[in-house]
Parts: sequence; structure tokens; C-alpha cells
Amino acid sequence: MNMEETSTGIPNAYSGSLKRQKRREVLTAWMFSAPSLILLILFLITPFIMAFIFSLTDQRLIPNLNVPTEFIGLRNYARLFSDETFYRAILNNFLFAVVVVPVQTAFALLLALLINQRLRGITVFRTIYFSPVVVTMVVVAVVWSNLFNPGQGFINKFLKFISFGSIKPLGWLQDPVYAFPAIMLLSVWQGVGFQMIIFLAGLQDIPAELYEASRVDGANKRQRFRFITLPQLKNTTIFVVITTTILAFKLFTQVWVLTKGGPQNSTMTTIVFLYRQGFRQLRVGYASTIAIVFFVIVLIISLFQRVFLKEERR
Amino acid sequence: MNNERKNTKSGLLKVTAGSVKYFLLIILALFFLFPIIFMFVSSLKNNEMQVISDMSNLRGFVPYGDIGFKNYLDVFRRMSFGRFMFNSLFITSITVLAGLIFNSMLAFSLARLHFKGQAVILSIIIALMIIPIESVVIPMLLMVNLVGWIDSYQVQIFPFIAEPFFIFLFYQFFIGIPRDFDEAAVVDGATPAMIYRRIIVPLSRPVFASVLILQSMFRWNEFLWPLMVTRGERYRPLTVAMQQFFSQDPRRWGDIFAFAAMVTLPLLILFLFFQKWFIQSVASSGIKG
Repeated sequence: MNMEETSTGIPNAYSGSLKRQKRREVLTAWMFSAPSLILLILFLITPFIMAFIFSLTDQRLIPNLNVPTEFIGLRNYARLFSDETFYRAILNNFLFAVVVVPVQTAFALLLALLINQRLRGITVFRTIYFSPVVVTMVVVAVVWSNLFNPGQGFINKFLKFISFGSIKPLGWLQDPVYAFPAIMLLSVWQGVGFQMIIFLAGLQDIPAELYEASRVDGANKRQRFRFITLPQLKNTTIFVVITTTILAFKLFTQVWVLTKGGPQNSTMTTIVFLYRQGFRQLRVGYASTIAIVFFVIVLIISLFQRVFLKEERR
Repeated sequence: MNNERKNTKSGLLKVTAGSVKYFLLIILALFFLFPIIFMFVSSLKNNEMQVISDMSNLRGFVPYGDIGFKNYLDVFRRMSFGRFMFNSLFITSITVLAGLIFNSMLAFSLARLHFKGQAVILSIIIALMIIPIESVVIPMLLMVNLVGWIDSYQVQIFPFIAEPFFIFLFYQFFIGIPRDFDEAAVVDGATPAMIYRRIIVPLSRPVFASVLILQSMFRWNEFLWPLMVTRGERYRPLTVAMQQFFSQDPRRWGDIFAFAAMVTLPLLILFLFFQKWFIQSVASSGIKG
């Protein structure tokens, strides 16, 4: 504005076009941001806030006009924390994490180390190890349910063969003791290739000079792994451990296809429980409470990652 | 003499070490391949009795006997498989296409433009990455139910277009592109929209490929949400159809394997052709946040 009043024409035009440019930039920025922002507000932020609100009410999916939705304070939370099925679900998620996270992480690292070697045909093995990742989880569950068939299934026959007949056929998915381990096994089979690639990227990021220097210093293979590879993979490992832990808490698809939480709740998980309460029983209020507790767990796990990585950066 | 023996010994050791390595690699390959081979081989066995009697031994991995596509034809005859395949392809491709455009546009304005509030928006996006979809599905179900979106395509498309994680991947890539390019373009009179289209997008093929592959995989595999929002067959995607087909009695394993094979093939073929991109996109998802 002030500029336009000055007597010389040149800065006038210049500042005018600069201003126009600036205005256009801001306009473009908002226009470019709008679609995604609107979608995020509608389909992530709004339902997230609603989950908080619903968790304090007795909201149902199909509202009954005679019984209006009421604010019931923390009653849902109180009920949830005395719900045995919920404890079973959370416990199972922890169990899954405690078993699968170390196993899958170590397995992924082993695979990454193997395919990081200069060997003829190694890319073929990389392709094969990764291929389960591109198989849809529903399909994985269906195929493995055949392999885990209680009577004549391939796994039972295989175990009998390698144990010279001493392992009797197991009920697997129909047995409360073995159903969850069976689900763990097929989950690792499907997911480990993904982490293998992340470890492989991490391995290839390690500067070659480090290895050369250690060779000059006379470090052997084991020492190089212990003092270079492992410390250099620290961030990658934290990332893999945290994401696998979060996935362990999201466990749903394979369980729903195979056991729907049974037998006797032995494969019940938080999300299966949430689905049953919210969708089957139409209890939106109670299911939202489960959703919030689930979110808090995921939040705590994610915060762990940020704390670990921050320490590393310092 | 002594020396010579040492040499042959280490040579022998090398050979054995090499074959031990390959032995391990092959055992692991068998572990990852056997369910997939089993699925494809069983799907080709026309005789259901043979499928069942072969499933308990190694013959399950050998295509022999009455081989053909009868199970595949059965799948098409017994249900509208073409419909489910179309639904999955349609939902996945529209969501991913819109996702690539909108997510990259938001990332562009955050990474390359200047406007008030962008720092706040960026931190909100990063915070939103933590919210898992599972914790919002129940209220979202109520919302879409209110507006009558149950059993539709839009209900399976709109909620998944904008993804904080992908916005962040784009953002990280865009912020690394040298500024000199845009400055030169601005001098030549390019608008921000032109810079996005002519400079940023062409320079960012790797990140577009990564998001394309990751989002396609996630969308193709989506199960929980369509299970909640599709009732009839019309809008049902493959994953839900597979699960329902699997739950039907009596189970016909030949047909189930044919169905499973047809769900698996599109992604498996794409993977074999574009392996490098798949591997790279997965590796890029591990960027230390």
C-alpha cells in the first residue's frame, strides 16, 4: 500500500507483482491442501473425537427413539476394566507381541544378512522370501487353515514324519492351546519378508569404510557383526520392533477368518473384541471405549520409539 | 607339503561353507514357497477327492491326475466372482489415484510453499500418523450409516484417500529437492501449480512409485472396514468375498484354492514384474521417523 504511493514507478510495479506472487502462492497452498485436509478432518479427526465422546455414552448403532442416548460418565471404562473377555484380548495381544516381535525381528535380520551376501542367484532368494508379503492375509489364513487341518493336515503329517511318529496329530485351530501359536506362525510367515527388506536397506546403508577399517584392525567376522553391524542397525531395529509391536495389537484379519476369537476366547484380540461389540452387538459407546484404550496403548508404544530415537540423535 | 594341505583344506572348507549357505537358503525358500505352491497346485486338481487325499502328503505339491481349470469355472459359476474382482480393482485404483494426487499436493504446499499455519498443519499431520484406523472405525460406521453410505463404493474409497503417513513420505522427499529449480522457474514466471506439475512431480518418481505400491497393497488387503460396511454382494471386495466363501458349508477345497489363487495372482504378477520398485517402496517405508 505504502509502496504504491511512492513517486517512482519501478518499485511500484515490482512490489505489486511480488505481492501478487505471494498472494497466489498462499492461495495455491490452501487449494492444494484443502482436499486432503478436508478428508482428514472428516474421516480421521472427527471420528476420533467422536470415539472419545461416545466412550462416555451408551450410544448404539441404531438409536432407539424411546431410549435416548445418555451420558454415562466413565461407566464404560469401569465395565471394560472388569470385563474378562477384554483382559483375555489384551493379554493375547501382549502374548502375541512378546512371542512374535523377537522371533520375527531376529528372523528378518537373519534373512537380510543372508540375502545381503554376494552369491550367485541371491536375488531369486530375495524374491522368494518376500513373496508372502504380496499374498493377501485372508488368502494366507485360508491356505494355512488347510495346512493346519486337525486330522490329515500337512503340518500334522510333517511333524509326525520328522519326529518319527512321536508327535501325535494336533487340533491346531480347534484346540484352545494350539490355535494362537498356529496364528502366530502364519503371521510370521506372511510378515517377515517386509521387515527383511527394511533390515536389508539398513545393512546397505552402513558405510563400507567401517568394515574396511575394522578389517585393517584385524577384526574377525563375528567381531565385525557385533561391533559394527549391530550398532549401525540400532535405529532400524527400533523401527522394526515398534512397528511389529503395533501390528501385534492390530491383529484382526487372520483371527477373524480362522477362529473369530475362539475356541474359548483363546485367540480373542482387542480388535476382534471391538468388532464384536461395535458391529455385532451394535454397542457403539462400549466399542468406542475399547477403541480409546486401544489408541492409548498404540500411543504409548509409538512414544517409546520417539524417545529411543531422540536419545540416539543426541 | 604342510602348506599345500592347508590350502586344500581351506578350499574344501570354502566349498562346504558355500554349499551350507545354499542349503540354508533353499530350506528357507521352501518354507516360504510351500503354501503358495500348494495353493496353486491344488487349485488345478479337478477332482475334489484327490485334493483332499493329497493334502496330507507331498503329492499335494505335485500337479498330476485330472488337471484343469474346473475349480476356476466353479468359482465363477457359484458366485459373482467377476463382480468382486471388479469391486476390488475399482476401489483400489480410484483410492490410490486420488491418494497420489491429493497427498502429494498437500505435501507440496507444506514442503515447498510458504503460508501461515503450515508449521501447525505439518505437526498435526505427524501427530495423526499415530492414530490407527482401527480406533476410528466404530464412530465412522455410525457416521456413514447416518448418511446412507452403507453398501456403496464411496464408503470404501473416501476414508482411505488421505493418509498422514503417505503425506509425510511425500513431504520428506519434496523437502530434499534443491530449491534452485523452483527459483529458476519463478524467474521465468512459473506459478506454484506449474512448479508442482513440471518440476516436483517429474523429479519425484521414486516416492510416487513407493506410495503407489504401498497404498495399493494396503487397499487390496483391506478387510475390517469392508466387512463392516458391505452387506450384499454388489459392493463386496475380494477379501470379504474370500472369507465368506471360505465360511460356507460344505467346504470345497478345490474351489477355495482356485478363488485364493485368483486373488493372489494379480499382485504376485505385478510384484514379479516390478520387483525392484516393490523392494524399494518397502525399504522407503522404513525411513527413520
